Amino acid sequence: MITERVIDELNKKLSGKIKNLFRKNDRRLYVDIDKKDIVESARILYQEFKARFSIATGLDTFKGIEILYHFSLDRQGGIFISLRVLIEDKNNPEIESLSGLFKASEWIEREIYEMLGVNFKGHPELKRLLLADDWPEGKYPLRKDFVSEKGLPENE
Amino acid sequence: MLKSIWVFHFAASPCNNCDIEILDCLTPRHDLERFGIQLVGSIRHADVLLVTGALNKKILPRLKKVYEQAPKPVFVVAFGACGCSMGMFQDSYNTAGPIDKVIPVNAYIPGCPPRPEAIIDGLVKLIDAVGKIR
Amino acid sequence: MSKKIIPIGPYHPIQEEPEFFKLYVEGETVVDIDIEVGYNHRGIEKLSESKMFEQSIFLVERICGICSTSHPFACVNALEDLAGIELTDRTKYIRSIIGELERIHSHYLWLGLAGHFLGYNTVWMWSWKYREPILDILEEITGNRNHYSMMKVGGVRRDIKQEQIPLIDKMLDEVQKANDLFRGAVMDDPVIHARTKGVGVLKNEEAIDYGALGPIARASGYAIDVRKDDPYAAYDMVDWNICVLPEGDIFAKLVVRILEVYESIKIIRQCLSKLKNSSSVFDLNIKDIPPGEGIGRHEAPRGEVFHYFRSDGSNRPVRHKVRAPSFMNVPTNKAAVIGCSVSDATITLAAVDPCYCCTERVLAYDKKSHTQLYSASDLIKLSQEKTARLRKEL
Repeated sequence: MITERVIDELNKKLSGKIKNLFRKNDRRLYVDIDKKDIVESARILYQEFKARFSIATGLDTFKGIEILYHFSLDRQGGIFISLRVLIEDKNNPEIESLSGLFKASEWIEREIYEMLGVNFKGHPELKRLLLADDWPEGKYPLRKDFVSEKGLPENE
Repeated sequence: MLKSIWVFHFAASPCNNCDIEILDCLTPRHDLERFGIQLVGSIRHADVLLVTGALNKKILPRLKKVYEQAPKPVFVVAFGACGCSMGMFQDSYNTAGPIDKVIPVNAYIPGCPPRPEAIIDGLVKLIDAVGKIR
Repeated sequence: MSKKIIPIGPYHPIQEEPEFFKLYVEGETVVDIDIEVGYNHRGIEKLSESKMFEQSIFLVERICGICSTSHPFACVNALEDLAGIELTDRTKYIRSIIGELERIHSHYLWLGLAGHFLGYNTVWMWSWKYREPILDILEEITGNRNHYSMMKVGGVRRDIKQEQIPLIDKMLDEVQKANDLFRGAVMDDPVIHARTKGVGVLKNEEAIDYGALGPIARASGYAIDVRKDDPYAAYDMVDWNICVLPEGDIFAKLVVRILEVYESIKIIRQCLSKLKNSSSVFDLNIKDIPPGEGIGRHEAPRGEVFHYFRSDGSNRPVRHKVRAPSFMNVPTNKAAVIGCSVSDATITLAAVDPCYCCTERVLAYDKKSHTQLYSASDLIKLSQEKTARLRKEL
């Protein structure tokens, strides 16, 4: 079964890095790794598994900023392998950029930077992607403690 | 005979459905041009400023500038649910409208997107209004 | 009665507009490009967290009006992945029919714009003419020409009735004939060949590096298609082929889209014929989304649309991530347009098929002096003039 084979390969090639592997179903795998292992793990998926980097999802949780890097094994069962990292320091969240591996990561890292405040070390051009230049510093819309100015009486 | 009405279309963060329906109205099936309506490439020649979209903070200064550059009187039409009220994007942190909060609006064409028939109806009403002023 | 052809552009040449695409030119060649986005950012991911799951589906429909069913399609796929829901076959057929009808009208929209930029107003007029019957059929089935709101978790909101099927079949016959016309027009016209072959090339390695999707990837020999790779709805229940070409130029992007319309017609016809023997249930009335996470995707006309949900068992998402295919495809312009001549710039940028209103926000600057050389309308005119010149020569 193709999913079993992929899980075996993951356990072999990412051995020592996998903190937890959750098989949601035949085509969705979630692999928890330490943030220090992100570049090497992404490299293995991209170069050795020939997986395609589809996108990354950043989210603000109670435990820290979580980033899921979604890789698609297109011609090998259409399986999504999502690498999950947790950045515990919410005051100064940072992680290595994947831009050295593929250009596909450049825009999403800029987006997570402006939406959640994560610093991607080594990104060639880490600046805002979507928000206007006069958007206030330090206000990250996707953080759970972000309060929109809408509805506040003084802004009516 | 009323001269052609020149319409300048400004897209202020739309999903593009309204914009496509406007273009559709110019194709032979609906043929807005028979009412004397033409799209123009510059606000400086326009009688009507047609604005679509929920208007986000990044595009806001540009809308204001375009309105300032329009030779007065200019008729502003807020187009689509987003143009009229921001629709389901009202509570977003990034929307800054609706249009009538930023510039004066003369006519509203609601719909998501407005059907070609509604567009023609709205614009015909506008032609009457423009005709009275001239 | 002769109808005057109304030219679309110059559509948005607001000279003072902050440019979406800033081209830097040396002589006649584009040497660099800056891409600025954010003019359509409406904060949908954050908004979704304050909506209930059913509302999120209506919200994401309005991300883009052209691929309006693509986002709900991927969205419900994600929720069904999260909750482990198995659909009835009728649901799957109907979803694929709607998805493919959208693909045809979207490709024709693009074909019209491409025709306009290249100076082929006949192609533009005909492809937009043939969009209308497709929108009529969509209105017949779903109640609206655009924003059809057909997708819901566990089903579709309306059924396709037996008596509607002959109408759809008849419309597909017309579209098939029109597509034959376009194929002939593109394949046989030496001017189109001269304008698009070898122009705006995205190499295979570049497509992989940028994570290109959809027809952009397939036109560069990168054979990915969510409908084949991670099948959903009825795509693995009917026969069809993915369309891949190796050259990576604009001609390849054009041909891939025209061929895809044939495949879409094939898919729709098979789904329609299987509808009568399928289950009568098209809605499972799902009321509950359990805690968990789910990923769903759909091959939109522009490529893979990605949705991710995290749920905590309440009726609102904890996180809803949305990624449209243009997010990956638009950056490929850095590779494709650099080296192009100024008269080829518009068609190269348009070949990526981004949100159409973004293609007009193009300005070209002299690389050394930073003075503005051309506006969007100037660039379109340059392109149309080049075609006229080539027509005289060939």
